[in-house]
Amino acid sequence: MKKKGYFKRVQGKLRLTLLGREALAGIGFALPFLIGFFGLFLPMIVKSVSYSFSNMTVEKTGYVLTKAANNGFEHYIRALTIDPDFNRQLLQAILDMFTKVPLILIFSFFMANLLNQKFHGRAVARSILFLPVILTSGVVLGLESSDLLLTTRSPAEMTGTDFSTIMNVSGLLLEYTDLPASAINFLASAVNGIYSIIIASGVQILIFLAGLQSISPSLYEASSMEGATAWENFWKITFPMISPLILVNSIYSIIDSFTSETNAIMKDIKSTIFSEVKYGLGSAMAWIYFVCIGIILLVVGSLISRHVFYNDEQR
Amino acid sequence: MNATTKTARVHRLTAAKVGRGLWSIVRGVIIAGICFTILQPLFVKLSVSFMSEKDLFDSAVKYIPKHFTLNNYKLALKGMDYWNSLLRTFLLSGGVALLQLASCMLVAYGFARFRFPFKKILFACVILMLIVPPQIIMLPLFMHFRFFDIFGVFKAVNGAPVSLLDTYWPFLIQAATCTGFKNGLFIYMLRQFFKGMPKELEEAAFVDGCTKLKTFIRIIIPSAVPMMVTIFLFGFVWQWMDSFYTSLYLKGTMVIPVALDSLSASVYSEYSNYGGSMNFISPGFISMMNNTGTILAMVPLVILYLVCQKYFVEGIERSGIVG
Repeated sequence: MKKKGYFKRVQGKLRLTLLGREALAGIGFALPFLIGFFGLFLPMIVKSVSYSFSNMTVEKTGYVLTKAANNGFEHYIRALTIDPDFNRQLLQAILDMFTKVPLILIFSFFMANLLNQKFHGRAVARSILFLPVILTSGVVLGLESSDLLLTTRSPAEMTGTDFSTIMNVSGLLLEYTDLPASAINFLASAVNGIYSIIIASGVQILIFLAGLQSISPSLYEASSMEGATAWENFWKITFPMISPLILVNSIYSIIDSFTSETNAIMKDIKSTIFSEVKYGLGSAMAWIYFVCIGIILLVVGSLISRHVFYNDEQR
Repeated sequence: MNATTKTARVHRLTAAKVGRGLWSIVRGVIIAGICFTILQPLFVKLSVSFMSEKDLFDSAVKYIPKHFTLNNYKLALKGMDYWNSLLRTFLLSGGVALLQLASCMLVAYGFARFRFPFKKILFACVILMLIVPPQIIMLPLFMHFRFFDIFGVFKAVNGAPVSLLDTYWPFLIQAATCTGFKNGLFIYMLRQFFKGMPKELEEAAFVDGCTKLKTFIRIIIPSAVPMMVTIFLFGFVWQWMDSFYTSLYLKGTMVIPVALDSLSASVYSEYSNYGGSMNFISPGFISMMNNTGTILAMVPLVILYLVCQKYFVEGIERSGIVG
């Protein structure tokens, strides 16, 4: 494409070219975001960094920042080496993420494939499956996880026999197969935590479903004519076509798992700031946490995007 | 020879049919099971909300209460100050959802249709907003709205910055500037939707002398209704249930999430004022109150979902969120 300027000179006056007018309109439409990002979001980020490096005292008309000890790194050092819970919770959050996210991805992909087929009562099944997106969010999730009575009545732990079934099955698996114990534990935790997985995978099912429906049926027709089986169709057409969404969904699930309200470390940061009134320490903890999230996202994103197939002809 | 191939074909056909029949049974069982897992906790909540405390510890009672009572609802309605907080939450969520729908649509349209300098970097900023956990900017936001000032104007007039806590302004400001709850996701979804729309209509309108804003209002908005309903529903519901920003900005104002969070404690304090014999809050009582409150908070959402459901599923299907 030829590069054009945004302005032109007409009779000595500066006028907008067509491209310039388009750019102006685009910026005009994006203005709310630009104001929000540069006027509110970015200053907040900068302030948050500066809080984490300083001690804050609140007064009636404002607050005063003084530089923290150890060149300002006092709070970071405290969070990582002195705080008894922080490291453990950080590790726990990361481990939880790594066990949960693959399960969520597999489950939501499977469910999207099921819901994409034609059967009686599909509309009803869809509305019920999207219900958790609506109902089990925010404060309800927190209440549900802290409710002692409800957890004993949840489907997984309704009776003692259910749990012992899981134990028996995993015992049998251990005895008669060569599967490593860690894999069996993983499976058992997946079965046990099915409710939390279903609840966390609403948006992902939506995204996969939208992707599945955007695959053109002519691809399947052509390959069936050539004699491909359904199994081959799945791996040669559906899977590559959906792979960009696997990337989107895994990133979304990772963020969702890290920022959900049931996450222990999130609660910890909030209580450090508002209950214990340690502003600097809380901000430092939040930043350490965010750096961890960022690194994990980068690694996972680059690993998956290597295998993603982009169908460029369609665009 | 001919006859044997014929019988073989018949057999294969029946085998395929049997396979398909088996699969539909398996599929039905899986879907029914998952629907049950989703619905069961809701039923439990509903049934617990009608029980008296005795039933909770009675092992013979599972779903149908023995001592049917509406007492929980009476207590919860009073403890949550339900009707007032319902109205407040309705106004707040409606306002926030509408404002952020409008601003996110404008921004998404800008990103989908126009070329302008630094567009890629700016869109990366949208994604960045999605990734940064709100806990990082929680404290600065709190301080910002606690000591709110635009270029020192309020300080010059009032002598001190204004506190916007316990008002709706922080929510509205964040919604209008696309920095609210998950607004990055909304912009992303809407942009994908607009990108998938055919350009010809807009070009025709432009040739006929429509300005760009007019094209947006007259052509884009009518054809984007299902997607708009979806985004509105998301925004409304997440604001309705959000305890993060509400507990940050609203300390004294009762809205549903705040009321729900403190329900058992506030009802208990009323109990003890009567000189009741409860020296501690029993877990059964907490659970009863929480479940009743959750049901009360969910009812408006369920109604809304049932109304919007058709648009919702359609909007999701047509969003075509691809890479």
